[in-house]
Amino acid sequence: MAENKFQLQVITPEEIFYDESVERVIFRTSTGDVAVLKDHIPLTTSLRSGIITIFSGRNNQYGVIHQGFAEIRPDKVTILTDAAEWPEEIDLERAKKAKEIAEEALKKQGEKPGANITVAKMSLTRALARIEMVEYHNKMVK
Amino acid sequence: MASMREIKRRKISIQSTQQITKAMKLVATAKLQKAKQEADSARPYFKVTKETVASILAQSSGLHHPLLEERNDGKTLYVVITSNRGLAGGYNGNVVKLVLQQEENPSQAKVAAIGKKGRDLLNRSGFSIYKELHGIMEAPEYGPISELGDEILELFLQQEVDQVHVAYTAFNSSISQEPKLLQILPLGVEGLRTDLLEGKTKQDPTEPMNYDPSPEAVLEMVIPKYVKSVLYGALKESIASEHGARMTAMDSATNNASDMIDDLTLDYNRARQATITQELSEIVGGAEALK
Repeated sequence: MAENKFQLQVITPEEIFYDESVERVIFRTSTGDVAVLKDHIPLTTSLRSGIITIFSGRNNQYGVIHQGFAEIRPDKVTILTDAAEWPEEIDLERAKKAKEIAEEALKKQGEKPGANITVAKMSLTRALARIEMVEYHNKMVK
Repeated sequence: MASMREIKRRKISIQSTQQITKAMKLVATAKLQKAKQEADSARPYFKVTKETVASILAQSSGLHHPLLEERNDGKTLYVVITSNRGLAGGYNGNVVKLVLQQEENPSQAKVAAIGKKGRDLLNRSGFSIYKELHGIMEAPEYGPISELGDEILELFLQQEVDQVHVAYTAFNSSISQEPKLLQILPLGVEGLRTDLLEGKTKQDPTEPMNYDPSPEAVLEMVIPKYVKSVLYGALKESIASEHGARMTAMDSATNNASDMIDDLTLDYNRARQATITQELSEIVGGAEALK
């Protein structure tokens, strides 16, 4: 059992968010969702905002990570991300509101490119990732 | 010798100063604990980001990226991290001195000031202040730093500046802080590569690594993260250093005040004794004269 585990570290600028040995981890890279098991080939890849699912023995844990990159080695995975949250830390109402505000801002700006668009898009993806995660979490708990 | 009353007044004034410095020292000590912890927890992110950048650069030589481009027109941006308040010994002065030594032509250089003291000192020396960001000291969060990082990257890419340095104070321990000047853009490829080869970072540079979608794409994303993490780490270290420096400064101020109070107490007692002796001899003298 223990043979199939590898070390997973999730690091944000503020703190080490997660640091334990796990069996499997799923996260969202810029080219799609990937699941990583032990002895994966070495790979460095960039991440998009989305759910991270951690399988560590019996119980699964879900979190959400916002941008960053992952460094995968055979016996260790390091995820560096701007922010990471557990479902308990997310305020669903606030996320929904943020989604509306961002969508509104995008509509108003039209297709004029500019810094505001990027900011709004970023906050939209963050909000969407949060909402998706909370709903997924609630479904799994029930 | 000064009169008794004068000595007493000075003593009282020094005593109240001592109370202030003592209180400031206690406050700094308490804040230092928290700041030290935060600086420690910000370190892993910075370290891993740096290692990743270094290993990409080490493995794929001949990479070209706008953020690695060396230019030399002398347009430099300094991000200067100092404190908002004084009474921290040489803390602010040392950081500013470093910038002044490095820059030969202050009128061409820009300063992004985090901390009012640094802004004031550099403004006086002829630097133009490009941006001020003082409020962040109270609540050092990643968000505003990330925005500052984006802005700096944009300036560099548009060739508004040719070099970006961060001036901050590295936190060695509670009693030892060291002012440092670090170049963040263009990324010092050679420096990072030597660090890696000399084994200063724990990664083995020969270990194979794949990049998805490509080394360039990953680098494109990692370099901005690296720049921001340097800024964030430097800010955290500086805040811890500020409290450390203030603690040391206030501790020695309190000790100096104690010494002065001791001296003044001695003077005061001597003056009192002199008055008594004088009064006595006057009385005796008066009594003698009546005989």
